Amino acid sequence: MKNNNTQLMKIPYFPGCTLKDQAKNFERSALDSAKILGIEFVEIPKWICCGTVESLTSDDDMHHIAPMRNFIRVEEMNSQKIVDNEYRMLTLCSMCFNTLKRSNQFINNNDQETLKKLNDFMYLEEDYQGKVEVIHFFELLREIGFEKVAQKVNVPLKSLKIAPYYGCMLLRPPDIGIDDAENPSIIEEFISSIGADPVDFNSKHRCCGSYHTISKVQIVINSAKKIITDARNHGADAIITSCPLCAFNLDSRQKEIKEQDDSFKQMPIFYFSQLLALAFGLDKDSLGLEDNYINPEPLLKEKGLL
Amino acid sequence: MLKTIRLEDENTQFLKKVESISGEIITVCDQCGVCSGSCPFTDDMDITPANMMRKVQLGQSDVLETETIWICASCLRCMARCPRGLDLSKVAEALRQINLRTAINHIKVEDISPEEAKRLPAIAYVGAFRKLTG
Repeated sequence: MKNNNTQLMKIPYFPGCTLKDQAKNFERSALDSAKILGIEFVEIPKWICCGTVESLTSDDDMHHIAPMRNFIRVEEMNSQKIVDNEYRMLTLCSMCFNTLKRSNQFINNNDQETLKKLNDFMYLEEDYQGKVEVIHFFELLREIGFEKVAQKVNVPLKSLKIAPYYGCMLLRPPDIGIDDAENPSIIEEFISSIGADPVDFNSKHRCCGSYHTISKVQIVINSAKKIITDARNHGADAIITSCPLCAFNLDSRQKEIKEQDDSFKQMPIFYFSQLLALAFGLDKDSLGLEDNYINPEPLLKEKGLL
Repeated sequence: MLKTIRLEDENTQFLKKVESISGEIITVCDQCGVCSGSCPFTDDMDITPANMMRKVQLGQSDVLETETIWICASCLRCMARCPRGLDLSKVAEALRQINLRTAINHIKVEDISPEEAKRLPAIAYVGAFRKLTG
């Protein structure tokens, strides 16, 4: 695959904590696939943790400071010509997307009072102008056009039946979601574009249990089992996600599900970008399949894709 | 026959406090139960999400002692479906915050086993500590 670097579209990219650790395969597969589409993710200099979860109380401005510092970095990238008039902040992790987009909405409220108040905390940097727009990679793919994605596919993932797991953070609250909160179709379109078959299933936006995986593990085990069983009952071979926490809960927690119920049939869980990289014909290093808990290789070999 | 429920001052104060922290007008809840039917974790809770709203409407501060307020993980299924446009996740957050602002954490780091500690991703830690500690 030839790529002329000067023609790559450069976009500020916010990785988030887990993509630099347990979900390195998510980041690698997404960045390498994006290059095939002519997009370069430019990591935001000195980015800091978004806070993972949105602050939901009306009296808590403090927890919006971290997201705001990242927005300031994006405005700096423009003033320093690291990117050219590109104020969109690209995210891969669903939780980063949700937290940053909601925070941006909170900070840029109608009366601009919050923006002014929070800018008063910024002693070491320029004020935030409110120019940044937080987007998710799925939205960028939709904008490029799934038919264009399909044109770049070298290895159509024929006969692979994939359950699109949206989870919560890409869809709700509805005013920041990337698609209809109850009846989304963007991930189905993505799955079709790489030659695989999307499987409709009831649990596509059922919560996996989120951070309860720390202290209320059984809730997460039960939830993950319901979601995976539902996907299997609807004919899925595997599930895709864009959330590293959903991925941990659905993938790694299958260890506990299996320990509690020997009849449970395990199922591979992929980051959507891993299947994109596979369909683009990228090599093993880009896929990072060895980091998945449930080994997806037997499935992919059975389908003639590895 | 028209019945009137009169709240004692302390109940009104509790209701007002939760409304103020959450930013939600809790009295408009009709008790239709869509939230309880939509919540994926109603079965794991000690009171339903609709019950939680009713208790706050009546200013019953023992809602602070329920498991329900801690189990809500802000998945927002109820919020997306509430016919009154209420966001229950903000109400649960306000109730958690009333507890957490007394400097009592809901989880203990030392309860996480070393094997789990190694295995868990950063995103889970940050999420849990933000929601369950003060």
